[in-house]
Amino acid sequence: MTERITKNMARNIYFGGGLFAILVFTGLTFDTVKQIPKLSHDDQITESVALGKKVWENNNCVGCHTIMGEGAYYAPELGNAFPRLGGNDEAVFKTYLASWMAAQPLEAPDRRKMPQFHLTPEQVNNLADFLIWTSRVNNQEWPPNIKG
Amino acid sequence: MKYSSQMVAKPYFIFALILLAGEIVFGLAMGTQYLYGDFLFPAIPFNVLRMVHTNLLIVLLLFGFMGATYYLIPEESERELWSPMLAKLTFWIFAAAGVATILGYLFVPYATLAESLANSFWPTMGREFLEQPTLTKVGIVVVVLSYILNVTMTVIKGRKTTISVILLTGLFGLAFFFLFAFYVPTNLAMDKFFWWFVVHLWVEGTWELILGALLAFVLIKTTGVDREHIDKWLYLIIAMTLISGLAGTGHHFFYIGTPGYWLWIGSIASAAEPIPFFLMILFAYNMAKNRRIQHDNKIALTWAKGTAVVGFLGAGVWGFLHTLAPINYYTHGTQLTAAHGHLAFFGAYVMICFTMISYAMPILRGRPHGNGPKSQKVELASFWMMVLGMIGLTLALTVAGIMQIEMQRLPDAAHAVGFMETQAAISKVYMVRLAFGVMVLLGLLTYFYSFFVKEEKAAA
Repeated sequence: MTERITKNMARNIYFGGGLFAILVFTGLTFDTVKQIPKLSHDDQITESVALGKKVWENNNCVGCHTIMGEGAYYAPELGNAFPRLGGNDEAVFKTYLASWMAAQPLEAPDRRKMPQFHLTPEQVNNLADFLIWTSRVNNQEWPPNIKG
Repeated sequence: MKYSSQMVAKPYFIFALILLAGEIVFGLAMGTQYLYGDFLFPAIPFNVLRMVHTNLLIVLLLFGFMGATYYLIPEESERELWSPMLAKLTFWIFAAAGVATILGYLFVPYATLAESLANSFWPTMGREFLEQPTLTKVGIVVVVLSYILNVTMTVIKGRKTTISVILLTGLFGLAFFFLFAFYVPTNLAMDKFFWWFVVHLWVEGTWELILGALLAFVLIKTTGVDREHIDKWLYLIIAMTLISGLAGTGHHFFYIGTPGYWLWIGSIASAAEPIPFFLMILFAYNMAKNRRIQHDNKIALTWAKGTAVVGFLGAGVWGFLHTLAPINYYTHGTQLTAAHGHLAFFGAYVMICFTMISYAMPILRGRPHGNGPKSQKVELASFWMMVLGMIGLTLALTVAGIMQIEMQRLPDAAHAVGFMETQAAISKVYMVRLAFGVMVLLGLLTYFYSFFVKEEKAAA
């Protein structure tokens, strides 16, 4: 089949196809950027949510956990931590998270260990707000069930 | 070696191989921590091990690409490198910055790093694969720009070939998309969307151009097939890369807060992503079949064919397994993703570095016809140990992924098993994974040994 294709034809497919792909992808990018604020409830990003994201990043949480399915697969998904661990109740979730963070690392021999991050109560509160906001992002109903 | 400035490639190759050894050692440590959570804890928690493991991979591939380019470009351009001095200087800067960053990861708490090294001024840390402090990221930009400047000037002043122009296109793309590493929006969904502009558009976009160019170069050298023919194949491969790979980024935009149309676009476009890898297999085997010369460096051609085949398996087949949105709904963020990641990175990118090193290193060491038969035999053994080790490791992770999906994802909420319980049930499979990981390390050590095999002096 390739005998009938000349080098010039192949080059034209590259330039034409490549340009077409770039244009399509760029167009979709602009549309996506326009839609994300609504899908993710951008207006609900409070200062605490933003600070919570920084806590998430500065402690490299994604090095063990996934969030909306992305990250490392060593520890549980946290995009739905709020419904799974807090039963969609903000006060319950915040109490749970504070005691969980304080208890690390758990004294269970050879269980996978979570380090002690020495977060301040305020940082834990920010982190909780960030995870609560994340759980409300419209992401096509993923994960399939509450277990994450 | 036709041009003395090609020599600058040598330290890049050697350092890339050392980093690869480090990467594998850290991989084994992670594999052990998967089984015994107290291993190395709290000295090196899992997130640190993983960060070192993946960052070493990225940096070793950059060193590999740079070494490969510095070897290839003078020969393609038919002139000396524009500035060998600059290439030597950036080697030391990049190596020192890389080592310092890894040591920082290991000995300074991550949160402390995040407060310093320009990160508090312009925060970019804490995202998967892009964990580097902002200062390191700036360093990477400087090094890559000086590298691209050097290559561009050499190409401009010399002969322009399809290979060198495509390689350069890939490098410009690499540099451009890395800039998104500096954009960290507060909105996590937006953050994730643009994060993929670095990650996907590197490995499933611009890096494939680099891969294609390097593969074509080694095939020309080892088979003697004429350029007209090679160039045609190269254009077809990279055309398919861009056509499938750009919109194919959409297979990452299924479940992260992006619009629903990506479910369709991502599925359809990325279903075509195996095509360029399949073309690479046809390319490599066709060229080997129609070869005009019998190059004595047989092992280099073996690596080239291996790159095409294992790259197709890892990126093409294992990628396709979970690229369709309805399937990905259940597989997203499981060990299946890890399985794909391991074989794709190894097959396509680590192996193309081996291909280039295997071809160029003997020449740089004064053996234009490749290493002697004894050394090549050892290298062939190492080839199979690493390839089979990686395939075994990938199969183990695939089984782990399928078990995880079956227990944790497929049942309804009342019957699904939680993450930690599922992981405990998979532990035997992780044992198998670790054993194959050890095999990969032994393969690499065998490869190192092949450099030191003494040949009996030929009679004439």
